Amino acid sequence: MSIEKFQKLVSTVVPLPIENVDTDQIIPARFLKAVERKGFGDNLFRDWRYKKDGTPNPDFVMNNPSFSGQILVGGKNFGSGSSREHAAWAIYDAGFRVVVSSFFADIFKSNVLNCGLLPVQVSDDFLTDIFETVEADPRAQFEVDLELQTIRNLKSGVSVKFDINAYKKECLLNGYDDIDFLLSLKEEIIAFEKA
Amino acid sequence: MEPKTLFDKIWDAHVVKQVKDGPDVLYIDRHFIHEVTSPVAFLGLKNRGMKVLRPQNTIATPDHNVPTIEQHLPIKEELSRLQVEALKENCAENGIELYGLDHKYHGIVHIIGPELGITQPGMTIVCGDSHTSTHGAFGSIAFGIGTSEVEMVFASQCILQPKPKKMRISVEGELGKDVTAKDIALYVIARISTSGGTGHFVEFAGSAIRSLTMEGRMTLCNMSIECGARGGMIAPDETTFAYIQGREFAPKGSDWDQKLAQWKQLKSDDHAKFDSEFQFDAANIEPMITYGTNPGMGIGVSGTIPTGKNLTGSDLITFTKSLEYMGLNPGDKIKGKKVDYVFIGSCTNGRIEDFRLFANFVKGKQKADSVTAWIVPGSKKVEQQIREEGIVEILEAAGFTLRQPGCSACLAMNEDKIPEGKYAVSTSNRNFEGRQGPGARTMLASPLMVAAAAVTGVVSDPRDF
Repeated sequence: MSIEKFQKLVSTVVPLPIENVDTDQIIPARFLKAVERKGFGDNLFRDWRYKKDGTPNPDFVMNNPSFSGQILVGGKNFGSGSSREHAAWAIYDAGFRVVVSSFFADIFKSNVLNCGLLPVQVSDDFLTDIFETVEADPRAQFEVDLELQTIRNLKSGVSVKFDINAYKKECLLNGYDDIDFLLSLKEEIIAFEKA
Repeated sequence: MEPKTLFDKIWDAHVVKQVKDGPDVLYIDRHFIHEVTSPVAFLGLKNRGMKVLRPQNTIATPDHNVPTIEQHLPIKEELSRLQVEALKENCAENGIELYGLDHKYHGIVHIIGPELGITQPGMTIVCGDSHTSTHGAFGSIAFGIGTSEVEMVFASQCILQPKPKKMRISVEGELGKDVTAKDIALYVIARISTSGGTGHFVEFAGSAIRSLTMEGRMTLCNMSIECGARGGMIAPDETTFAYIQGREFAPKGSDWDQKLAQWKQLKSDDHAKFDSEFQFDAANIEPMITYGTNPGMGIGVSGTIPTGKNLTGSDLITFTKSLEYMGLNPGDKIKGKKVDYVFIGSCTNGRIEDFRLFANFVKGKQKADSVTAWIVPGSKKVEQQIREEGIVEILEAAGFTLRQPGCSACLAMNEDKIPEGKYAVSTSNRNFEGRQGPGARTMLASPLMVAAAAVTGVVSDPRDF
């Protein structure tokens, strides 16, 4: 078992300049009923993305043909609320590989990392810069480099660093899986139980 | 020796290994599972050709999408039924005890753990559900995890987890009339925001916290996730020990004496260092209610909805969007706003004490005709207690009907959905857009506030009665 490797990505972005986007907005509870991990991308941001009759809501960014890309950029405190990993799966399944915000909720951040998405936390100022850049030019590209831990606005050339836990960085760069690692510790775990 | 926090003591005692520049390998004592966040983890395990390592430390119950009427009949909604059946099959294959719909211990996962005495001080407890923080009321480290992490615990009884920072929130003094643990929670979140606790584990302390019953402490710790914290905890004391003693899975005989001696050591040392501290005065807290679309948007019932005048940029966009969704006007008084639905239940306020409070208030009064009320016990045992204590007769005389246990309208995965545009005063934990059904407008409050709204049909102050 493994997760998809992530090293470097150059892409346009999909901007969502709303704060406190909670996991109920990312994927409403009524779409959590699958017993397999598939098909969640169709219901990403379901109640914002579609009208009540099921037709796409033209006002929502994902339905605006000007915007596309593998980088989702949200307002601060992104992913608060429920622990549902389905939220991370939905974002991944919809084709994103990177989520950018100035602040992530804790459980969401671990879920994102565990499914092979890269969370990039930037300053409020850089987040505003991304939103302004994309508003002026939806085709503006950004480069995310995990090895260097940088995100670069290719239009302005401005690049900033982001933090990531060294262990998780190694996992993502190489596609390693946490469970394989834990299983390698089985003897230590059994010894701990006996102690 | 360096003084340690309660959190550090328990965490450090559960670290199997520290990963260099990485997370800790944390041993998990109890793993609760339910039908929604477990199936993909079971599937992952199966694909590895493995079984659950410690089924005896795993406790299962279907709660999220079960109906709250006619539970003896097959679940009508196909996808919900399949999830509940999958849980049953997965538990059978792995030798996990399941408290299914027909079991006397059935109920919401965070209600049954404590009421059965499974949740005990000093433990590490996880569940694929953010409100696992509830169990911290017993002086345990309890937190919600994602499905990949559920699979980790299945496979190894451990989880990889960076150690959070520590925060202490102290509430001192005496609580005012009709002010409950729920009001403390909503007050604290309104003050520190829904992200104020992010990256931290909270210890609640102070005389107002000590005065709470176990039910109240569970309500407060349950809501700690809503300020962004990983979890909340309260050092165990005589109130805790008295609650646990005699419960089904509580230690018995000499085992009890031994455990009790250990539990009495579980507290933060004097001068233990917290990364951040907050102090609040209990006297400043009044019955609370939310007006917006996150739990931090709360005010005292006598207050007015903020004007948002000082907000700019994305803060203003978010505030405006929220009030538009709620159909409420900045600057309006919250009292007197129309209420269409009331909901009492959930892992936040679905315990016996909550129904006692509610019943005591509605006794001799009548439900307003314009209000639809859903009264949902947190577990079979709570339901049984409601019947034994004569609460059900009080409810029925006042025009209310008791339903069957489950998460119900807290997240509306079953049929209990608040219709679009309708206002619900709810004892649950989240007022997010669409949380209680697409377009539903949720106002979070205590069981007493819900009772007052139920009999008047408008947002009301229980202290006025």
